[in-house]
Amino acid sequence: MSELWKLTSGDLHERFTSGAASAVEIVESHLDRADQVEAKIDAILTLDRDHVLAQAKALDAKREKGEPLGMLAGIPIGIKDNICTEGIKTTAGSRILESFVPPYNAHVIDKILAADGIIFAKTNLDEFAMGSSCENSAFKVTKNPWDLTRVPGGSSGGSAAAVAAGIVPLALGTDTGGSIRQPASFCGLVGMKPTYGRVSRYGALAFASSLDQIGPISKDVAGSARLLSVIAGKDPNDGTSIDQEVPDYREALEEEMFGLTLGLPKEYMSDSLPSSIREAVDDVVLTLEALGTSVRAIDLPHTEYAVATYYVVANSEASSNLARYDGMHYGHRTKAPIKNLAESFSRTRSEGFGDEVKRRIMTGTHALSSGYYDAYYLKALKVRRKIREDFETAFEDVDAVIAPTSPVTAFKIGEKIDDPLSMYLTDILTVAVNLAGLPALSLPVGFSGEGLPIGLQIIGQPFEEELLLTLAQGYQVETDHHKKWPQIP
Amino acid sequence: MSQQYEPVIGLEVHLELHLPQKMFCSCPAEFGGEPNTQVCPVCLGLPGSLPVVNREGVLATIRAGLSLGCEIATFTKFDRKNYYYPDIPKGYQISQYDLPLCRKGSLTIDVNGKSKVVGITRVHLEEDTGKLAHVDDRNESWVDLNRAGIALVEIVTEPDMHSAEEAVAYLKELKAILSYLNISDCNMEEGSLRCEPNISVRPVGTSTLGTKTEIKNLNSFKVVLQSVQHEIHRQSAALSRGEEVAQETRLWDEAGQKTVAMRGKETAQDYRYFPEPDIPPLEISKEEIETARASLPTPPKERRKALVEKGIPDYNAEIIVRSQGYADYFEACLSTYNEPHKVSNLLIGGFLQELNQRGISEEDIPIPPEHTATYCRLSEEGGIGKAARKQVLAALFDTGKDPESLVKELGVSQVEDQDEIGKMVDQVIAENEAIASQVRGGKTSAIMALVGQTMKLSKGRANPQIVQEILKKKLEG
Repeated sequence: MSELWKLTSGDLHERFTSGAASAVEIVESHLDRADQVEAKIDAILTLDRDHVLAQAKALDAKREKGEPLGMLAGIPIGIKDNICTEGIKTTAGSRILESFVPPYNAHVIDKILAADGIIFAKTNLDEFAMGSSCENSAFKVTKNPWDLTRVPGGSSGGSAAAVAAGIVPLALGTDTGGSIRQPASFCGLVGMKPTYGRVSRYGALAFASSLDQIGPISKDVAGSARLLSVIAGKDPNDGTSIDQEVPDYREALEEEMFGLTLGLPKEYMSDSLPSSIREAVDDVVLTLEALGTSVRAIDLPHTEYAVATYYVVANSEASSNLARYDGMHYGHRTKAPIKNLAESFSRTRSEGFGDEVKRRIMTGTHALSSGYYDAYYLKALKVRRKIREDFETAFEDVDAVIAPTSPVTAFKIGEKIDDPLSMYLTDILTVAVNLAGLPALSLPVGFSGEGLPIGLQIIGQPFEEELLLTLAQGYQVETDHHKKWPQIP
Repeated sequence: MSQQYEPVIGLEVHLELHLPQKMFCSCPAEFGGEPNTQVCPVCLGLPGSLPVVNREGVLATIRAGLSLGCEIATFTKFDRKNYYYPDIPKGYQISQYDLPLCRKGSLTIDVNGKSKVVGITRVHLEEDTGKLAHVDDRNESWVDLNRAGIALVEIVTEPDMHSAEEAVAYLKELKAILSYLNISDCNMEEGSLRCEPNISVRPVGTSTLGTKTEIKNLNSFKVVLQSVQHEIHRQSAALSRGEEVAQETRLWDEAGQKTVAMRGKETAQDYRYFPEPDIPPLEISKEEIETARASLPTPPKERRKALVEKGIPDYNAEIIVRSQGYADYFEACLSTYNEPHKVSNLLIGGFLQELNQRGISEEDIPIPPEHTATYCRLSEEGGIGKAARKQVLAALFDTGKDPESLVKELGVSQVEDQDEIGKMVDQVIAENEAIASQVRGGKTSAIMALVGQTMKLSKGRANPQIVQEILKKKLEG
């Protein structure tokens, strides 16, 4: 069996464009890999072999004719199943959209196709991206390739597990409160949540509109830089996307980090942090200092309110964003006999949504209700501003912030599923970034005693994705955590 | 003596903007069309789709606000109004809650010769819903989303009106002002202008507001008048009997000529408004507001005043300024034939009839104003025989040719030649000797019969005054 699947996205692109490998050879290697491991990992919801091969053949023909090839030519890409793909089922991991086939592509999908990327598979996720473990999918529980008894993280757990297992070299996730960075950290990968407005959300099924961003997941920093270069930019169909020039992010990989100042927030390094994570962060600091940066402790004083604020804002928006799934126009509609319209709505939604989604719709609806709005939603908006100001103050003294991505490594499947609060608390180190709209990149920085990957996130000022890539690349040049592969039994 | 009640009325008007595109997507915003053909992922509310503000809708709303004397917000936002219904595909309507585009305006109306100021609370922008069609015999309902997402402006008054007549006067004046802006068809029958009155009554002399009801489904001025009158009567009667008025939405039942309860407990509905996170807040620059202000037309009230000052009767002026295009057309006619009163008579009479019969809009008249003016002059100065006027006017609409050639082509120029008319008169006297004798015998009123016969003989072309003079000369000596 060909081991093309082990190559990074950059190497695959190089092999393809130079003629060393055909696109069909490349996808066949990844299809074989999927055959080998998917049954154990359960990362994928939809994989249409014929469609994948057809794309590859078309690319080979294009290369044959000598036509110019895009930045993603020859690279199979996994797409989180809450991003619309025309003609390909897009379920958001929910019964309510079990057979929904979008008639249009998300903006990022059009961009990927225009750059000759190959849409390889739709990946599993927590239903509507609500969850931190991928256990909330209505269809399957994805396993962590590093330990099949553990979760891959969430909500982009399918994308992360697929990349970690070598099914695809690159994938798209969405990050509302850590849903790219946390699974990247659990699976030993690079995952990036861009600045709010950097990437168009058009076609990504909204969970919390003011927090959601689409971003890349890859084994190496270069892969994320490549994919971000393609998907970033103003989209006239997304009023919240921002018109700012898109650089070739790969150039940032060549930049020097010498002389940069980094901040390590005290609030993110609590005593309850496991020693393996604490030691990994200490090691990163040493490495980065050796590369010419200085690292200092900083304060982000409103950090303790971030999780509460996040769940009020996110669930409020979600309660409205998910109202459209009422069975009237598309998706699941109850087959039970109904007496009136209200019953049709409520039965459809009762049958179609899972427990976590219902819990969030209920709490969000409550937070927006007359009489509670000021105490919850409005208050949350005020605290959100404070959290943003914390970062603004910090960035007066430092160029970027570094912190552990998660307070834990991958936990056992079933360990937290019946305890929503402890599950929510695993997001404690990621949600503030979304509330502040900042870019952040998680990268692998070591392994726990149990052999589980540990992630560190680098947080930047708005639109300073390049700086994050420079720092991460500088680190990866010096280390090889990202080059390791899990042994899948 | 029984208790007298004073009605208190406020109006909510919804105006569907006539823009090329919908408010938050680029679908055409046209009336009608096969169901669900003017739709896209955005107005269908498909998963993942996002709204983008159509700035033309914002500008049109600002113009509406300015023409009602409103303050325009320099910072505003959209909000979500959350509720479930099959005609709103997203489960919420994009609207404006606490920061409407326009606030604090007013409109002056005239009722029974008295002027009255009606306060405008707010003018805001939102999106229209789709339409439901119920198939009763199959017990089915279908949804058409062509209308969903079309820009809709809501104009809310203070509760300043105290009779159905005032409400209708407000509505008429509002419609005139809005139609001058050319931002909407303002068509009540087709639903591009919808009016929902809020009505309560209270004992005369008291100032506390009573419980109000809202009436929906009113598609003409007449129905607004009838329904408000009925509702005032119904509420007053209820209070007189010691009953309470329920806060509810009511519908006008045309067949029964009464309002009927539609749904109650309006207060129980919690729309959970919150800022629309998919649309960044809007900033409106001072320049934008001033540009909008500079683009405002002379309002109908001022044009009406100017016409009356030219010596046109109030009634004529009222009809002419009802549409800006018609008022412009009138002015254009005057530059060819400067007889305001005469031209106004034509434009509210035969000319308007032709427009209506042919289904031609007053905004879209195919006849050059010079032709209409020439036609008016020929009619007034005797260039067209009286009996032929209607025929010429119809020909004018049919052919669009200039009236002077039409008169020649149709052979309908007025005959004024004494000798020619004298010959016709002689023939008529000869054929109607009995009547002629009566006239000679002193029964002068019988002469009109002979005038009529002469006109008939001339096929309507003879100048009737000359006919009468010659007859008199010949018979009365």
